[in-house]
This record gives sequence, structure tokens and C-alpha cells, in this order.
Amino acid sequence: MIDKIVPTPALALADVQEGATVMIGGFGTAGIPNELIDALIERGVGELTIINNNAGNGDHGIGALLAAGRVRKVVCSFPRQVDSWHFDRLYREGRVELELVPQGTLAERIRAAGAGIGGFFTPTGYGTELAQGKETRLLDGRWQVFETPLHADVALIKAERGDRWGNLTYRMTARNFGPIMAMAARVTVASVHEVVELGALDPETVVTPGLFVQRVVPVARQRTQSGGIKA
Amino acid sequence: MTITTQPSEAVATRAHASVRWSRDDMARRVARDIAEGMVVNLGIGLPTLVANHLPPGREVMMQSENGVIGFGPAPAPGEEDYDLINAGKQPVTLRPGGAFFHHADSFAMMRGGHIDVCVLGAFQVSGAGDLANWHTGAPDAIPAVGGAMDLATGARRTWVMMEHTTKAGEPKIVESCTYPLTGLACVSRIYTDLAVLDVIPEGLRVIDRCEGLTMAALQAVTGTALRD
Repeated sequence: MIDKIVPTPALALADVQEGATVMIGGFGTAGIPNELIDALIERGVGELTIINNNAGNGDHGIGALLAAGRVRKVVCSFPRQVDSWHFDRLYREGRVELELVPQGTLAERIRAAGAGIGGFFTPTGYGTELAQGKETRLLDGRWQVFETPLHADVALIKAERGDRWGNLTYRMTARNFGPIMAMAARVTVASVHEVVELGALDPETVVTPGLFVQRVVPVARQRTQSGGIKA
Repeated sequence: MTITTQPSEAVATRAHASVRWSRDDMARRVARDIAEGMVVNLGIGLPTLVANHLPPGREVMMQSENGVIGFGPAPAPGEEDYDLINAGKQPVTLRPGGAFFHHADSFAMMRGGHIDVCVLGAFQVSGAGDLANWHTGAPDAIPAVGGAMDLATGARRTWVMMEHTTKAGEPKIVESCTYPLTGLACVSRIYTDLAVLDVIPEGLRVIDRCEGLTMAALQAVTGTALRD
């Protein structure tokens, strides 16, 4: 029997190695797999390369992972935020490397890795600092920049519902990087708010088919103080 | 909460009241050019005001980079759902017909030319339509680009909405950008608090300007030649 359900985040991340490249889903408040990031911190491995849209907010999540000194490099599109103080400090001290990637190029590099594409040309970034040193070509009348795929050892993503085959659905804008990161990593760990029986998910609405997911971990949903639903 | 105006701001507003559009005036002016049925992406900051000025009957599909199209205004206090946010990370609502998608599809919408208009803020725009809006290039600044390059390059039309000059009075419309570029020749129209300018092969053409503002006065605060 195929059963990808793992009871706790700690068990799901027990084999993450020192020096691993880890993709972490999420954009703003939506889709951040907080419980999985906490388990990664607990796991204690360092020298990590983190691929995320941002570089941590406040003292929790990726911010806490950075504060604990576990991160060697961040690949992201938007590190600087009002509450990215842990990244800001480490970056200014030269203790963390930054690879800054335009957000759409970040998404497409992740998608390319999952889809087995060896690279692609994109007009995004042509003529800017972020294209320096990269191969360019005039294609379809536009100058384009060659970009390479981004692979990962592990992806940590947050979904809404999952079954034991690893099929996933998401909730609203919490989907963001989840489906493409699931495809790009060797091992994908998805937290879900509800584990359902095999066959209970409408096959027409499955967003990530189970073959892209290796582990499914149930976590409780949290509510915000204002009564709204927390991501 | 009481909203107060800083004294300096109040003075500045009075001094320029006759020859300067307010932020809402600017947003209203941009909204006027957004046609029924357009797919629109509004950048963070000033451009987000445009949504408040679209006439009620005009159907426009609002796209946000984080995977939503057809979103509506902010929810009532207490109704926030932090799974439903815009690119500025503020809670929004979904209109009937709205849809969700992942990040690669979201940026395929931009790069693939499926977004009719994006409205972005800017540090500088050149006479050739080059855009600088992501990084000041200051040695201690931490660069952050987000979706700015993808949008500027990918949308069918890239409109900039910004103050005409910096707080110090320096032109933001320049011969060539001194800040790091976001994209080359990507801007097609510029909306400022003084004028609306089209980027044409010969340079910049003034298509609208504040009442009472002469071409000479507008040219004096612009760093590149203007055409009437």
C-alpha cells in the first residue's frame, strides 16, 4: 500500500542533510509551511541553501532559521522587507550569500527543473544588472537572457488537503510556489490541514498529482486574533 | 484613529495646489484610460489607488503576481482571510469569476503578453522609456526586485505612475537613468502629478498637463526634451 502520510513534521524532515538545498513555499502570509520550517530548525542542520520568494520575516520561520545561523545562501526575489532584520544583518556582515532573481524567472527556473528543461531564454532582466554575465540571444525580435533550472534536495510546501498518495489541493493564494516546488525537489514534504481518504478529492480539482509529493504531514489550522483565517 | 497631516505636507499642498494633481487625481486619470475588459496589474504603492477610481460598471480583471485574478477590495475588518492577499500582502476579496493559479502560470501571464496593462511606480524613467524602479544602487542598500522586471518587460503596456520630481525637486524623467535599470524601452506612458506623457519613437509627447501649467514650466522640471 502506498502511504505517504507522516504523523509529525519532525519525522518528515528526519533525513534532511547538512548543506541541503531547500525550497520553501509561501508568499506574504499565504502558503508558508511554518510547522515544517520549525521542524527544519529543530533538525539542526546548517550550511543550507534556501530558495523562497523572500528572506524571512520577523523572528520566526525563515527569519529564525537565519538567526540560528543555519543558512549559507538565499535564492530569492525580494529579500528586503521592513521585518527582514535577520537577513539584513547577516548579509551586511557577509555571512549569507544572496542570489537575487526576478520573481517570474525564479518561478520559471523552478518549473524548468521540475519539467526536465535544461534552461530557457527570457526577455526579463535583459540589459539590467541581474543579467550580467549571462548568455543573451535575439529571439523573435527581442533580446533574451539564458536562465538555468533550480533544483532542490527538499521542498517544504503548504497545501490544504492531501491523501495518502500525495495528491494535493491548495487554498486561494496559498497555492503560490507550492505546485512548482513540489515538481522541482527530490523530496517534497507537504503540510496539509486535512488528510482525506483516497478517492475523496475530486480528481478534476487535484492541483498537484501525488507523484510529485513524497510526504504528507497533517497540521492544525491557526486563527488570527482578529478572527480571520491565518495562513 | 485620527489621521493628521504633517504641517510641512500641508504647506507644500497649499503652495502647489493650483498646479499639481493630488494622488487621487492621478489615480482617477489613470483609471480613465483603463478600458472595459482589460486585464490589469497594479504595482505596490501609488498604483494601488487606481482601483478605487474605476467606475462601478466597468468590468476589469485585476491580476496579482501571487496567483489571483479577479480580486476585489479589502474585506471588512474581522473578515480578513490571510490565504487571500494581493502582491502588497494585504488581504483582499475575490469577485465572482475570480480564479487562483500558481506562480509559474502567474508570470506566464505577464511574460506571455496576456496582461493588457501594468501600472508601476518608478525612481526614474528615461526619454526612451527605460525604467528604473527596483534599486537605488546605494552601496549599503540590499537589492530587492520582486516581480518588477517581469511585469515591466512582459505586460503589453507598461504605464508608470509617479511624482514628477523627487522630494528635493530633481527631475525623475531623465535623459538616461542613473539608477540601475528594471527594463529597457518598456514604458509606454507616464502619469505624474503634473502631466501625462506618451513615449513615442522621437521621445516624450505631452498628452495632458495640469491646468495653469505652461509647457515651459513643465519642461523646466523634466530632464529630457518634451514635445507638445
